Amino acid sequence: MIFLQLFWTFFKISFLGFGGGYVIVPLLEAEISQNAWITQNEFADIVAVSQMTPGPIGINAATFIGIRTAGIFGGITASIGMILPSLILVIIVAHVMDRFKESRIMQSILQGIRPAVIGLIGFAVLFFASMSIFSGSLLDETFSLSFKGLGIFFLILILTVKFKIHPISSIALSALLGIVLFHFL
Amino acid sequence: MEQSRHFLILFRTFLKIGAFTLGGGYAMLPLMEREFVSRRRWITEEEMVDIIAVVQSLPGIIAVKASVFIGWKVAGIMGALTAVIGLLIPSISMITLFAYLYVSIQDNPLVQSLFIGVRSGVTALILLAGIKLGKKVLTDWLSVLLAAVSLAAVWLLDIHAGLVIIAAAFIGYTLFGVFRLNIKAFGKRKTGKVQSIHGKEDES
Repeated sequence: MIFLQLFWTFFKISFLGFGGGYVIVPLLEAEISQNAWITQNEFADIVAVSQMTPGPIGINAATFIGIRTAGIFGGITASIGMILPSLILVIIVAHVMDRFKESRIMQSILQGIRPAVIGLIGFAVLFFASMSIFSGSLLDETFSLSFKGLGIFFLILILTVKFKIHPISSIALSALLGIVLFHFL
Repeated sequence: MEQSRHFLILFRTFLKIGAFTLGGGYAMLPLMEREFVSRRRWITEEEMVDIIAVVQSLPGIIAVKASVFIGWKVAGIMGALTAVIGLLIPSISMITLFAYLYVSIQDNPLVQSLFIGVRSGVTALILLAGIKLGKKVLTDWLSVLLAAVSLAAVWLLDIHAGLVIIAAAFIGYTLFGVFRLNIKAFGKRKTGKVQSIHGKEDES
């Protein structure tokens, strides 16, 4: 019964979670306080671990809560619940897009959507920059630039454009430089 | 033979993405672009952009949706499963270890520094991936305007990315589907044939 409950809870959260981590965290919090599966402190730790490890927070929380309440199979059940809505929805949408890719309606919709996505990528650049290269707002006097962050940014830019180094090498190098520049200097 | 190589590459690449992308959704874009668009040519720039649009407008975890879509495109439903399993192995094993060992995590200053470094580098990587995709998509003044407006909408007005995509879909359908607007691409001569999507369709 606990397996069914775990599965359903995370299925629901995933289905309602438009917008990824930032939306999923409050949804999780509500479920946790209702079911008393784990303590608030444990949940805070899950959020912290998720920010420090590469995995998506939704999967990390599902795995952790599942294991804590029903062992390893609980963890797997909860994770599957979390993945299943995305799996089904994406495959349906991918099928539909593929089927109608030649139609004028689909083409015109995509012609509107594609530039908007470039705008969203632009926002992602600003978002990451605001947590590393600058702080405060770009638009008023709270703005302040971090020259260490800017240095890493330009180094990776040059290494990628000129020497085509792999994104994973870039990430590893950035991590190392981050520790050296921000922690030891 | 060829097909099993596809599965292996999908699995390996998403395993890497799962293990190395810190900071969620968009941080994995440079890796996906490099592996599947630039290197293997399994996905075109336009398709990559479409995948981001879908991933942004459906509910659920962004990384999971992106892996499912790419996996499906490369090798069908089994490809989607292969990709998502590869993506999740690193985080699930890490969190399982954590759940059993359970040590309380504090804000470790060393980890914080590491993160600021990674974000600085990832900013550069996303910028480059964005430029690469943007070159294919922003081909006339209207598309540049649409990109600028959607950037302003999410950044300054705090509008949800999914809503921006839905609005852009309506604008696209109205302008290009209903009114059949045909805008001259940058760098094309007036007399030159406009190589738009509609142009191609009209020929057939």
